[in-house]
Amino acid sequence: MTAGLRVEALSAAYGPATVLHEVSFAVTPGETFGVVGESGCGKTTLGYLLGGHLQPGGRHTGGRVTVDGTDILALDPAGLRRWRRTGVAFVHQDAAGALDPTMRVGTQLAEVLRLRGLGRGAAAAEATELLRRVRLPGEAARRYPHQLSGGQRQRVMIAGVLAARPRLIVLDEPTTGLDAAVRADVLDLLARLRAELAAAVVLISHDLDLVGRHCDRVGVLYAGRLVESGPAAGILGDPAHPYTAGLLDSAPRLGMPRRVRRLAPIAGRLPVLGATSPGCVFAARCPVAEAACTTAEPALDERAVPGRVVRCLRPGTAPRITAEVTSQTAATVRPEPGQPPLLEVRGLVRGYGDTAVLDHVDLTIGAGEVVGLVGESGSGKTTLARAIAGLHAEGTGQLRFAGAALPAGLRRRSPALRRRIQMVFQDPDTTLNPSQPVWRILKRALRTLRGKPGVAALAARTRLDEELLRRRPGQLSGGQKQRVAIARSFAGAPELVICDEPVSALDVSVQAAMLELLAEQRERTGTAYLFISHDLAVVGYLADRVAVLYRGVLVEQGPAGPVLAGPHHPYTATLVGAAPSEPSQPALVNGAGCLFFHACARRIAGLCDVTAPPLAEAEPGHFVRCHLDPAALPRTEPTTSIGGVRA
Amino acid sequence: MSSPGPSARPRTAARSRAGLVPVAVILLWAVVAALWPHLVPHDPALQDPTVRFRPPGPGHWLGTDQFGRDVLSRVLAGARPVLVVAPPATALGVLAGTAVGLISGTVRGWFDDIVMRVLDAVMVFPTVIAAVLFIALLGRSPLVVVLVVGAAFVPIVARSVRAATLVEREKPYVDAARLRGEPLPSLMVREILPNIRATVLVEATTRLGDAVFAAATLSFLGLGQPPGSPEWGAAVSDNRVWLQVAPWTVLAPALAIGSLVVAVALLSDALRHRLEAR
Repeated sequence: MTAGLRVEALSAAYGPATVLHEVSFAVTPGETFGVVGESGCGKTTLGYLLGGHLQPGGRHTGGRVTVDGTDILALDPAGLRRWRRTGVAFVHQDAAGALDPTMRVGTQLAEVLRLRGLGRGAAAAEATELLRRVRLPGEAARRYPHQLSGGQRQRVMIAGVLAARPRLIVLDEPTTGLDAAVRADVLDLLARLRAELAAAVVLISHDLDLVGRHCDRVGVLYAGRLVESGPAAGILGDPAHPYTAGLLDSAPRLGMPRRVRRLAPIAGRLPVLGATSPGCVFAARCPVAEAACTTAEPALDERAVPGRVVRCLRPGTAPRITAEVTSQTAATVRPEPGQPPLLEVRGLVRGYGDTAVLDHVDLTIGAGEVVGLVGESGSGKTTLARAIAGLHAEGTGQLRFAGAALPAGLRRRSPALRRRIQMVFQDPDTTLNPSQPVWRILKRALRTLRGKPGVAALAARTRLDEELLRRRPGQLSGGQKQRVAIARSFAGAPELVICDEPVSALDVSVQAAMLELLAEQRERTGTAYLFISHDLAVVGYLADRVAVLYRGVLVEQGPAGPVLAGPHHPYTATLVGAAPSEPSQPALVNGAGCLFFHACARRIAGLCDVTAPPLAEAEPGHFVRCHLDPAALPRTEPTTSIGGVRA
Repeated sequence: MSSPGPSARPRTAARSRAGLVPVAVILLWAVVAALWPHLVPHDPALQDPTVRFRPPGPGHWLGTDQFGRDVLSRVLAGARPVLVVAPPATALGVLAGTAVGLISGTVRGWFDDIVMRVLDAVMVFPTVIAAVLFIALLGRSPLVVVLVVGAAFVPIVARSVRAATLVEREKPYVDAARLRGEPLPSLMVREILPNIRATVLVEATTRLGDAVFAAATLSFLGLGQPPGSPEWGAAVSDNRVWLQVAPWTVLAPALAIGSLVVAVALLSDALRHRLEAR
């Protein structure tokens, strides 16, 4: 009997379409194995199959999954059920969907414990103890899932894993969608979990950095095939498979703006589910593919790189991007003296009903400047974007555009003024009118925005394939939809384009292509951007200046480099360093003082909680809203590495 | 990775076949309504005292009524008054209701508030009472029935179209259209309307079923065609006193109403499933 998880030549299909093809790896107890890949690569199918579960329509077409010698896929339904009780635990991205909304979380945990044979009273006591160990207060046991935040729900899921004491833990995107500080906290708990249970852990994620930091070994999944697997540090530091190299070169890194390290998106798209080709599945997108690559699928090569398995004929030959200062874009935009800024926001207050979302926000954007706006979910980023665009007019404060007053509501803005401010939205699925073909969307935008060229010229400018013009949005991929949306916003001659999380819903290689497209459009037209993202690496890649929003208050604003590296606001430090913040407390009752007081590592009791912090100029043009002396503000060494591995 | 896979296909196919049966029933009644003079075995108005209350059998496949009139012929002839009234009433209600709901939902504000309160007030008034009132006022004619039933549908259709519009207008593509300065009519007709057509179609079929039923109800109450004309509702009403003696005289027109109403309801369901699947 082999201890731990063994996956041997595992294959699965949906109908005739193969989604997993001969995937093999092993995870010993206490070890964490990371599975990375973009959406549609088969990650989730693999995760489910490790627990003996197939999604509707799925078939297991070959291979074995054994946990401590038990062949999971050969168990009968009753045996599988018995094994799952203590054999396996899952933590999914969507903790809200995994918890029963009608049961108190303590009861749900106790249910797991009772399956292990504990009595009613003992189970309830143990449930409270487990919640304490995942740093939730004791009364959390009496709460329903909807009364907990996303991070708290994920901690309940982890408590559930502790309760089951399984031999195999499958973590499927456990921190996607959580804010940076909460994510760090959850990951910290997961690391402790693994140390405590000595279980085999499989961590499935699209996030290379996360996988690199938390896994011993990594497998890279592409189109259902494990194209490369081996030690995490080796793979992320020196990838052998061109796809792994492409993923790494598509991911923006903190402290590496575009003028230092330009991203290289992977060309082409993932093959359609079920498409078969005789050669390597990656050959069509591979920069170093040769004739032999398209004739036969490469075998798994265990000798090319010691300690690694690679499915490639030319391992390690893909060219890598290098970090160097490219001179032509090195010059940051400096507003000409005497010239009014493009956009001035003064004392902007916005809210929904009685809930204030933005509290006296001041923001300036110069002509041709890219201002990054960061903050966790609910901090008011989107509200600020919509207020500037004129889509959220109810509230006080002043807007000025190019030296003239900008009316708050879209209806009061002249058509000419409207055309100067455009927006790119987050969700690619709703950003385009689903009932219009692409050419019609662009034609309409050209007409209303007074664009000079025709549809074809606009498509060419935004590198949109001609053949896509006839399609409707439903027939486009997420990246293609977002490309159309960007083309649409540039149909006229916008002076300010507000990008509200334009790449958050996209895979890393598509994200890189979209960031490059936005950078190109800006170089071509000199358009200014307000670029909103929760991802600091993405913001840092494009932004000249960065503004940090915390619960509706702009706590910091300044040049991108200093804001991200420090000295910066203690809150920005938690975003950059991804240090676990202290458990969040209820908001201040009296409303005075610093909103970040309760979670701040450097708070000054008696001052920060009583007096609202002033906006101090830490360096020329770099403003921080904090009581701390500028010299005492935290600094964060930017991690120019991925997964803790220097590139 | 949660693509449903090919297993979803047979179900959709079964659903589309399920949609064929109601379509066939509706088409059948439409053909009967158009061509009944050529299809009936007897003159539906012909009274023959020698064959009163004849049970179904050769010569009279669905029997005869108290005046010796052929029930089958009267049921076939009864399709026309229903199908002359129901589709135009539905079209009127759906067109006007969609326009009201779309404008109200897109414009919002005080206009929306006023329109919705007016529609609420209209909905409080029972349709049948309103119909009786207006027919008494304007006289008995298919046009009046079409107008009354159609008007009764306006608030119902307007409400669900408005609800769909409210969902759609919050989507970024509508924001993008507003940002580039699309005028209001263009916003409604180009951007929102094509994307709420599922709601409009489902409303239309559901209301068609209601219209058939409403036409039969008014006929039952004696507010349809002049007395003695072959009509389903009137036939049920006239013959229900003879239910013990000659149940076929009630059953045949009742089943005719039922078959048409159920067929339309099934079509509406099938349509809803198809549109939701997309």
